[in-house]
Amino acid sequence: MILDSKIPEGPLERKWQNHKANIRLVNPANKRNIDVIVVGTGLAGASAAASLGEMGYNVKAFCFQDSPRRAHSIAAQGGINAAKNYQNDGDSVYRLFYDTIKGGDYRSREANVYRLAEVSANIIDQAVAQGVPFAREYGGNLDNRSFGGVQVSRTFYAKGQTGQQLLLGAYSALSRQIAKGKVKMYNRHEMLDIVMVDDKARGIIARNLVTGEIQRHGAHAVVLASGGYGNVFFLSTNAMGSNGSAAWKAHKKGAHFANPCFTQIHPTCIPVSGDHQSKLTLMSESLRNDGRIWVPKDRKDAEAIRAGKLKPTDLPEEKRDYYLERRYPSFGNLVPRDVASRAAKERCDEGYGVNATGEAVYLDFADAIMRYGRTEANVQGIDNPSEEKIKELGTKVVEAKYGNLFAMYEKIVDDNPYQTPMMIYPAVHYTMGGIWVDYNLMTSVPGLFALGEANFSDHGANRLGASALMQGLADGYFVIPYTIGEYLADEIRTGEIDTNHEAFEASEKEVRETIDKLLNTEGNGKSVDYYHKQLGRIMWDKCGMARNAQGLQEAIKDIEALRKEFWQNVRVPGGANEMNPELDKAMRVADFMELGQLMCMDALEREESCGGHFREEFQTEEGEALRRDEEFAFVSAWKYNGDPGKAELIKEDLVFENVELKTRSYK
Amino acid sequence: MDLKLKIWRQANQNSKGELKDYNIKNVSADSSFLEMMDQLNEELIEKGEDPVVFDHDCREGICGMCSLHINGEPHGPENATTTCQLHMRKFKDGDTIFIEPWRARAFPVVKDLSVDRGAFDRIIQSGGYVSVNTSGNTLDANALPVPKADADEAFNAATCIGCGACVAACPNASAMLFVSAKVSQLSLLPQGKVEAKDRVLNMVNQMDLEGFGNCSNVGACAEECPKEISLENIARMNREYLGASLASSK
Amino acid sequence: MSITGLFLISFLIVHLLGNLQLLDLSVEGQEKFNVYAKFMTTFPLIKIVSYVLYFSILFHAIDGIALARQNRAARPERYKSWKPNTNSIWASRNMGLLGVIILAFIIMHMSQFWYTMHWGPIGTDAQGNKDLASVVITTYQDGTAGMIFVLLYVISMAAIAFHLWHGFASAFQTFGLNHKRYTPFIKKLGYGFSVVVPLLYAIIPVYILMAKN
Repeated sequence: MILDSKIPEGPLERKWQNHKANIRLVNPANKRNIDVIVVGTGLAGASAAASLGEMGYNVKAFCFQDSPRRAHSIAAQGGINAAKNYQNDGDSVYRLFYDTIKGGDYRSREANVYRLAEVSANIIDQAVAQGVPFAREYGGNLDNRSFGGVQVSRTFYAKGQTGQQLLLGAYSALSRQIAKGKVKMYNRHEMLDIVMVDDKARGIIARNLVTGEIQRHGAHAVVLASGGYGNVFFLSTNAMGSNGSAAWKAHKKGAHFANPCFTQIHPTCIPVSGDHQSKLTLMSESLRNDGRIWVPKDRKDAEAIRAGKLKPTDLPEEKRDYYLERRYPSFGNLVPRDVASRAAKERCDEGYGVNATGEAVYLDFADAIMRYGRTEANVQGIDNPSEEKIKELGTKVVEAKYGNLFAMYEKIVDDNPYQTPMMIYPAVHYTMGGIWVDYNLMTSVPGLFALGEANFSDHGANRLGASALMQGLADGYFVIPYTIGEYLADEIRTGEIDTNHEAFEASEKEVRETIDKLLNTEGNGKSVDYYHKQLGRIMWDKCGMARNAQGLQEAIKDIEALRKEFWQNVRVPGGANEMNPELDKAMRVADFMELGQLMCMDALEREESCGGHFREEFQTEEGEALRRDEEFAFVSAWKYNGDPGKAELIKEDLVFENVELKTRSYK
Repeated sequence: MDLKLKIWRQANQNSKGELKDYNIKNVSADSSFLEMMDQLNEELIEKGEDPVVFDHDCREGICGMCSLHINGEPHGPENATTTCQLHMRKFKDGDTIFIEPWRARAFPVVKDLSVDRGAFDRIIQSGGYVSVNTSGNTLDANALPVPKADADEAFNAATCIGCGACVAACPNASAMLFVSAKVSQLSLLPQGKVEAKDRVLNMVNQMDLEGFGNCSNVGACAEECPKEISLENIARMNREYLGASLASSK
Repeated sequence: MSITGLFLISFLIVHLLGNLQLLDLSVEGQEKFNVYAKFMTTFPLIKIVSYVLYFSILFHAIDGIALARQNRAARPERYKSWKPNTNSIWASRNMGLLGVIILAFIIMHMSQFWYTMHWGPIGTDAQGNKDLASVVITTYQDGTAGMIFVLLYVISMAAIAFHLWHGFASAFQTFGLNHKRYTPFIKKLGYGFSVVVPLLYAIIPVYILMAKN
């Protein structure tokens, strides 16, 4: 089977313009007769629902939260990239395109990424017009900051809450359409299945999470914008409710799942503090600009620190191992996310970890405080300042730069990071993989589309900072409004979708059976979270920052066994016809287990290291990632065949006509 | 640490609720308040009892989904902190903790500690936006300079997470801080000024229809707001409302 | 509430200036006060203002009661545990209660003096003016009853003080006046006003009582 990515003809920089000019349209009178379902109301979903509503389609939007404003896009901190070149520092659409392709370790599609870079500038215009309060300079113009892995300043931001501000902008546009009646909003509803009629997506089965009512919703097209699946790992920086079920249900109905093993693990998160831990908190990457990462040189010292017998501040300089500076002298603490994460894991695996769980490294600001303090003393004209004075002045500078992050750290860990080094450890943050889509963002199921983190399209094997917001909004505001017409132009004569069709009947029955099964297991007393934690442990240990064939094979077996046990024994209290968060969780975890298995299969199949995917067997002599372009420059699209274990791999070859494939080096 | 919990249990919107007592042992001081609730629910499930329903999602203080009136205060005793960021080390071994839902006519209880804050959505739908289509065919983002002070002030108002602590804290269950934050954000920016008059009239009207109480400038809202939204926003909205009412031809 | 509130605040000043004349208990002082009282009850412009005042009091009270009822209805189920002192001051939350005390005081106060002045049995002084000064002095010096009236007066002034402590700055906030530069000043002014003005009022009957012997 060959996948048709439907990339338009023509030179790279003309593809999107040509495609837009030739794409089929639906006239306004006909749009009124066409229904579209949007699942998820994050940046991609809210922007898509608002845009499609404005265009005249009848939209039904679904979210599991109590309001569309709560989607997890809201938690994005740093910013959003756009090739505006306001700073006149040589940025361009091509440069943003190139940085994204390279950052993704050459595992994404040129045409999609170029389009993303092309529409990025419009996003900023749009958001400003909506009243998004981006940071500004004193002259009143928009401010930019720079982000990891690039040489220009192209990141627009609103303090550390860029995701929140952009999401609230999209939410306001959505609210406007809800008020107009063009979008009907279903809060606290969860999509439980895609309904297929004549091999086309014709609607969904949804459950009202308050009453438990199972509902049928018909539509001429279904748009999934349901986010990523990082919560397969149980512990991640995702929200508690973030789940992969919508995507997985789509996969089971014929949508291929692409590159499931590409997971981004962010190096600077607050470490796990104990078994009670429910989620992990990200500390902005910007901290690595000034913090130095280290562990003790001597394993005995690490043990003493773990036992609370030794304080890190008492360990002299010569007994510390600044391992990133040692291994990567030219980039030091500023190596990319994947490299920094793996290096931390390597040290902790060797027994040098520094917190009670042994899974943490230090991020130390003592040097930065003294350095800034001396500069500040010079600025203030203080001759021969005392150590104390320097420290005091330096602390103030660091506080001005990172005060809010330090305060958040102190709130969670109850340690003062100005006095004792911060502890950090990598955590699952984002999933580059997702539902396979063509250039029009349509999945392998006709009439089913996927946007934002839910699809696989733009980030290859590793996403650059500040690009997730860009992709979500690009897909929702500027891509799907055009490309959905290509499909819907054929639907103008279809008429209203009949939800009494036998396909709806069958889907609903299946959903009800699943719920019944979960509520009526043998129930040995283990809760959903117990199984979720088990799954997370397997995934983290064997399909996390470093993977190998043996571990992955074990993981696949372990997950299969866990799945079996789950379906037999999981204990789900309460009933089906009431508000029952445990039941909601149980259904999500059931899907995570299958998805986790597929992730391991994908990781096993991809015998190379690239981006967030590191196979221990494929590394250079120095322990760096070894990409194998000859064999693996393709997208792995998995086709469902009745069980995740039987999934069939379909390869979409990646053709690079505009960039040259190079090996990244940070030595 | 060991704790006594007094938790509001209510089967649904129409049933009567009551405080129920629970004992919980071996709570880690490092766990967050919601992780303590997770632990309680695990124990309840194990015992075959009905776990407590509470709203939560991001657990990093930004989504606004978590609520909980803890020991007489929205989001508990720590200032500028959502319930999900509150940690158990703020409590002492042997403490008794009252846990109640937000209470307001406009926020009916859905189940246990979970309330329906749909009123906030409807207020935003009544005018909390700039009426601009998402075509991308707008002015260049830098075409209209915005004074930094105004942009910063708008941002500060826009950091509202819509959690409803302001309503929960207000003795009158008024939603003025929430509404005024959005009115302020948009009225401070040139993009929002065009329809500022209609916006404030419509949003205040919707707020009243939802059954929130009146603002008597008590100030509890701003004190309890996890994002420290200022009372200045309420004054600004009053100003906008007064001006819009006088100028309105309706 | 804020318009009538600010108007009533301005009335407090005018009324206080008149009342302070009662600190002069000599015959001339009393006669001067009676002239002032006559002026206040007969001069046309003052009469118009006084009707505005009656209306303001009534509106302020009725509107206050209506708002308090709405506010109570906005939270049908009360909190079982409620620690409002952590986020607000007592006066701000109890404006209704304070208002009721003040309204009761106004009724008593007006029936004692305003009613007597207009329609009640009242003598005349040497100049032939209605002798309101004597009515006041008798009221507060009349044995146990006088002491009770003085006490009630002082309590009511305390209620007004608390009412103003919140109400003064609150009125400006309602008008939309909240400014980083001016609001701190308004607040300080309000706190000063709410202490000094009721205190000066309270001194008058206490002084009259003390002057009995």
